Amino acid sequence: MKLDQQREYVLRTVEERGIRLVRLWFTDVLGNLKSFAISPAELDNALQDGMSFDGSSIDGFSRIQESDVLAIPDPNTFEVLPWVDQKGAEARVFCDVANLDGTPFHGDPRQVLRRNLRAARDLGYEFYVAPDIEYFYFAPPTGGPPVPLDQGGFFDLTSADIPTALRKETIRTLETMGIPVEYSFHEDAPSQHEIDLRHTDALTMADSVMTFRFVVREIAALHGVHATFMPKPLEHIQGSGMHLHLSLFDGEDNAFHAVDDPYNLSTVAKQFMAGLIRHAAEITAVTNQTVNSYKRLVPGFEAPVHVSWARNNRSGLIRVPVPKRANPLATRVEYRSPDPACNPYLAFSVILAAGLRGIAEGYELPAEADANMFEMDDAMLEKLGIQQLPQSLSDALRTMESSSLVADALGDHIFEWFLRNKRAEWRGYKTHISQFETDRYLRSI
Amino acid sequence: MSQPPALAVFPSPPPIDLARTLDLAGYRWKDFALGDDAIRHQPDGGWDGAVVMCDDDPDGGWAMCRALRRRDDPVGRVLVMVAGSQLPDLELRDDLFDDFCLAPFHPRELEARLRHMFWRQMGPDAEGLVEYGPLALNPSTYQASLGGRPLDLTYMEYELLKYLAQNPGRVFSRETILSAVWGYEYFGGARTVDVHIRRLRAKLGEEHANLIQTVRSVGYRFGQSRWSS
Repeated sequence: MKLDQQREYVLRTVEERGIRLVRLWFTDVLGNLKSFAISPAELDNALQDGMSFDGSSIDGFSRIQESDVLAIPDPNTFEVLPWVDQKGAEARVFCDVANLDGTPFHGDPRQVLRRNLRAARDLGYEFYVAPDIEYFYFAPPTGGPPVPLDQGGFFDLTSADIPTALRKETIRTLETMGIPVEYSFHEDAPSQHEIDLRHTDALTMADSVMTFRFVVREIAALHGVHATFMPKPLEHIQGSGMHLHLSLFDGEDNAFHAVDDPYNLSTVAKQFMAGLIRHAAEITAVTNQTVNSYKRLVPGFEAPVHVSWARNNRSGLIRVPVPKRANPLATRVEYRSPDPACNPYLAFSVILAAGLRGIAEGYELPAEADANMFEMDDAMLEKLGIQQLPQSLSDALRTMESSSLVADALGDHIFEWFLRNKRAEWRGYKTHISQFETDRYLRSI
Repeated sequence: MSQPPALAVFPSPPPIDLARTLDLAGYRWKDFALGDDAIRHQPDGGWDGAVVMCDDDPDGGWAMCRALRRRDDPVGRVLVMVAGSQLPDLELRDDLFDDFCLAPFHPRELEARLRHMFWRQMGPDAEGLVEYGPLALNPSTYQASLGGRPLDLTYMEYELLKYLAQNPGRVFSRETILSAVWGYEYFGGARTVDVHIRRLRAKLGEEHANLIQTVRSVGYRFGQSRWSS
């Protein structure tokens, strides 16, 4: 029995490597990493039966009257934490959250993604994801505007080298933890960096994104630097996105690849894209879940604004990259609206659900939009049938609320809690008087 | 190795203490008066080692050692026994033996020295240690190391690396690896293998990532091809 061997492996590794502390990781509904630590002595029991904890302390988990839940470690995700020194070695393991009777807990995003992946498997598909994640390095926040590192002032001497050194150390750490990196580079904006992860199955990738955000911030913090995944931290500078390269595999074969199509896209790929296009507005509140997310989705910064697709048009929502050496395994579609502040488990869930709906219903893919849509007026866009993504969190929530697709993908528990929580966030924002308003109106009106 | 090690023993017959010690420790052994006889009567797979007493008949003893070492495939793990006054004889003969013991010997010491010489084959703790270049895998502790430093792997990564490293030079298809390491029922399909290979390479680091080679349109190979030099 594989699971028993995995548990045995984990227990033996803890013993051999002298692990002092095992951190149990899980994710709340908003995508924040949550953790509690247990001693190695408790691990055997935890692997068998799970560890109970009070779910009402976690955002979006239990209501008070049914508050206790179980964290059940997934032994295949057990990793020694490489940045903790050997003497006090620590490890982490991702957990699924279950009710006390062992059934999946509906408030757990990882369980939600598992359920959506099972739906794909029932159709014969395994969902693969590769994210390109952007983020900024800043001086530690003081309450004022963020200070990019490579704009001098913060580090007087080798200011340009420090973020690059941080990125390299981050990549080394990620690779040690079994998260392979495809590319990395300094982005156009000051102190903005991008790291592209190699594709893997969606559950592992959602775990990897959680680990990624943690490692990036941890390595930065060790050097007195603040790393942020805030979608749009600086007003006149491009924001941070998390473009997702998506594909479905049917066993050995890439179900998105077709030899006889000019773009090498199969019918399945086109229907999947059509599903994303038809349901894009409904899932945007999940892929772009903060007030600030919508300040990234504006014209002029290579972020998508219009719901369209093209082979090579970076202003569109979906891009179809040309695979290297026409490799059939590399045929994929790139979904460009998500930002790195999303909950990856939920974002992958709704994206997959939208794509699978397109396949199930045999949606027709609209025509390619290869012109620059930022130069088109509304009449032209309407003539072409090109819609816009939601303009604000409020817009996005309103569209999401009427979506049975999103309700089914997330399940009632998370769907309702998410809407409640995000409406409250919007209300908080709506009453905020911004500097923009003060500057513009205080004197003149 | 499933059978206990086979030892060639000199002189013939051996002292009764030596015969008893070897029997009690469970070795298979046979005594010979001449090196050539030992070579002629070697078991299938050759001798695993030898115990040679040089105290009473040093010339005969060292001749035996030379005979065992002379061949294309010399016998490893040769233990010689010398009297205290003969210790200078060891000088300039380092190539002829792997360990030594003073005669008259203490049975417990001889047993300990032999056990240590054969620990990789005998000890249940070290069963099936897999080594290739800087990489070592110990299946009984589930631990891997690279250049002496621990290499932290997940269970599936460990099983995959062990499978490949046990068969260096051999090319495996994804399907073969999948069924051997994951079992046929695993849903993810052969792409799972690619994904885990990438993770393994990442953990091996740039310097050692090429321990696992991609053989285009076939699968993967660990280490150097058997056919290239």
